[in-house]
Amino acid sequence: MKKLLTLALGLSLASASAAPVTLTYWQYDYASKVSAMNDLIKKFEAANPDIKIKQETFPYDAYSQKVASSVPAGQGPDVVNLYYGWLPQYVDAGYLQQLPVKDFPTATIDSTYAPMVKTSKMNGKYYALPTSVRTLAIFYNKDLFKQAGIAQPPKTWEELIADGQKIVKGTPPRYTTLGFGIQPDGQDYHVLREVLVRQFGGQPYSKDGKTATYDSAAGAKAMTFYTDLQTKYKLGVPNFFPGNNSYRDAFIAGKVGMIIDGSFAINTIKDGAKFDWGVTTLPVLASNPNEKDNFGSYWVNGITKNAKGDKLDASVKFLKFLTSAETQRYWLANVGEIPASRSLAADPSLLKDPVYGPFIASLPYASSTVFVDEAGQRKAWVDAINTVLLKGAKPADAVKQAAADEQKILNSYYK
Amino acid sequence: MTVTAPPKARRGGSMRRHQTRTAYTFLLVPLIFYLIVRFLPTLSALRLSLFDWNILKDTQPFVGTENYQRLFADEKFGQALRNTALYTVIGVPAQIALGLIVALLLNKIIALRGLFRALYFAPYVTPIVAAAWVWQWLFSPQFGPVNTFLIWLHITPQNFLNSPDQALATTAALVVWQNLGFQIVLFLAGLSAIPRSYYEAAEIDGANGTQAFWKITWPLLNPTIVFSVVTGTISYLQLFTQVVNLNFTDQGGPLGSTMTVALYIYQIAFGRFQMGYASAITVVLFLIILAITLFQLRFLTRRYDL
Repeated sequence: MKKLLTLALGLSLASASAAPVTLTYWQYDYASKVSAMNDLIKKFEAANPDIKIKQETFPYDAYSQKVASSVPAGQGPDVVNLYYGWLPQYVDAGYLQQLPVKDFPTATIDSTYAPMVKTSKMNGKYYALPTSVRTLAIFYNKDLFKQAGIAQPPKTWEELIADGQKIVKGTPPRYTTLGFGIQPDGQDYHVLREVLVRQFGGQPYSKDGKTATYDSAAGAKAMTFYTDLQTKYKLGVPNFFPGNNSYRDAFIAGKVGMIIDGSFAINTIKDGAKFDWGVTTLPVLASNPNEKDNFGSYWVNGITKNAKGDKLDASVKFLKFLTSAETQRYWLANVGEIPASRSLAADPSLLKDPVYGPFIASLPYASSTVFVDEAGQRKAWVDAINTVLLKGAKPADAVKQAAADEQKILNSYYK
Repeated sequence: MTVTAPPKARRGGSMRRHQTRTAYTFLLVPLIFYLIVRFLPTLSALRLSLFDWNILKDTQPFVGTENYQRLFADEKFGQALRNTALYTVIGVPAQIALGLIVALLLNKIIALRGLFRALYFAPYVTPIVAAAWVWQWLFSPQFGPVNTFLIWLHITPQNFLNSPDQALATTAALVVWQNLGFQIVLFLAGLSAIPRSYYEAAEIDGANGTQAFWKITWPLLNPTIVFSVVTGTISYLQLFTQVVNLNFTDQGGPLGSTMTVALYIYQIAFGRFQMGYASAITVVLFLIILAITLFQLRFLTRRYDL
């Protein structure tokens, strides 16, 4: 009986492998990403006629919910696109499979990918890999710079403040033009935590990521410095424009001298801005010019627990294709996100590119945060910044509060 | 001896039975629908609230009343609860008072009545997201017309939606403005149900306008007012969409000053996937709404004899 069953199973597996395998791929709905992926799928299917890929997309706001709710139901995609910040939770839930070490050797990943990709290594294992990565830089309005008589974009924070003060127009709060588009809940809270805390001589987190260590003199200095941009130097205010992308929309409208935004914003700004603009790397402190920092983030592709047998083999093939050098180049050209591979990113022609260059130059010193509850951890920071800006709290107290709030979240995860 | 009922009455009885059966059949369909989409989820929320139910975890351990104990220590929940109460206390009386005033005025005019009604009703059918965006712009500290007007009056420009002290009132104003049209329609219907003869009789007896309002209009509008208070209170206790869209990147902010219980439930459940805890809050909100509604129905409903 047992033999018969084994035989039947073997036969059914054999017949299954003859038919084409269909994989489901999920990502969120972003026009340039979806069409680039459609082209890539066509290429992949041409090279692998026995594999079919079905792409399904969901609105960004509902994406995490959609993925999370498919976990307990055992449904959903075979290959899935996830924000790196969600990985700890999804790996913990047993949703992702460890990438087969023979196909994706850990040491090779460590040495060939941008350093920040190590954030997605859990217990020494990789569960997902990115095609591209994103860093932050300053977008600046060259026309406003020219009008204010500024020749060069700022290299230090001190220059940023001086330039911003030359550009800003109007009396607070009735600004008509901002020097710097301050927006705590945009990319700024990342800058504060991952860039300013380090530049003032601190560390945001302990090495294992389980302890928030920014409740320090450096943390307080960083918070003071950041909130001073509004309260002391009066470069601008948050929520200058209505809407979800307030500071970016205001920049595109030509009403802001500088903003800090990610490389993912390049295409939006390129399409919208009707003036001459440029990109430059994040500033350093004049007193500590060698401490360069950046915040890096990325979306990864992983294989879910749904992929078994033939589907798993096909998923591995597809993931290899998605992380290949060729795909990374294609992704840069069509989506505008920079390659995750060190050697590609070090390509001199890319480094010289006036738009991509500053983002790519920051790759070697960009850090990522290990989020265990991205929404909750962001809230802790945004609220801390707002207590200073809106309630006049002492920056040191605000940092202490953020650290306490975030530590509570970390503790409940690592308990 | 058997008593036989007259044939006529028997026919009437079977007819009534038939009608009753039809009525039950028609009532049963929505009842089943409600059981499945309303009551079952409510009961399962009650069950979920006793578990540490994180949808990203393999195991969902039973924790008894732990979620409810956590509620008592949760400052953010306390803030959401206080805010929700504030919204209700500001919003319900404001929309009833304004609705009644406008309805009484509309009832007096004859020319352009339809136009005025349509204008007042327009916000009610405007998509909330669009309305929220327009309000963000209206109340912008930088270039909003409201602040331009204040400056013209030599009043310092206000932060409105960006200020923890003013954001809740501004949000409540948006909701009142949106609900006003519906409120007016309710009152107009209530007013038209009052027979003209009562006013004529009062006039003959020498009653003035104020007396006629307090002795006739107000008491006879009582059913409408009770309906408005109860449904209005429930809708304010469940306030969500306006708050979400007025500050999209920091929902419920700044500093949680506009956070409502319904939005907090949503964030805990679908932003942070803690279904058990979110269910516990849902159960608490359900009990609060139930208690307030029963209380209002008990103490507001009056019977007036004229």
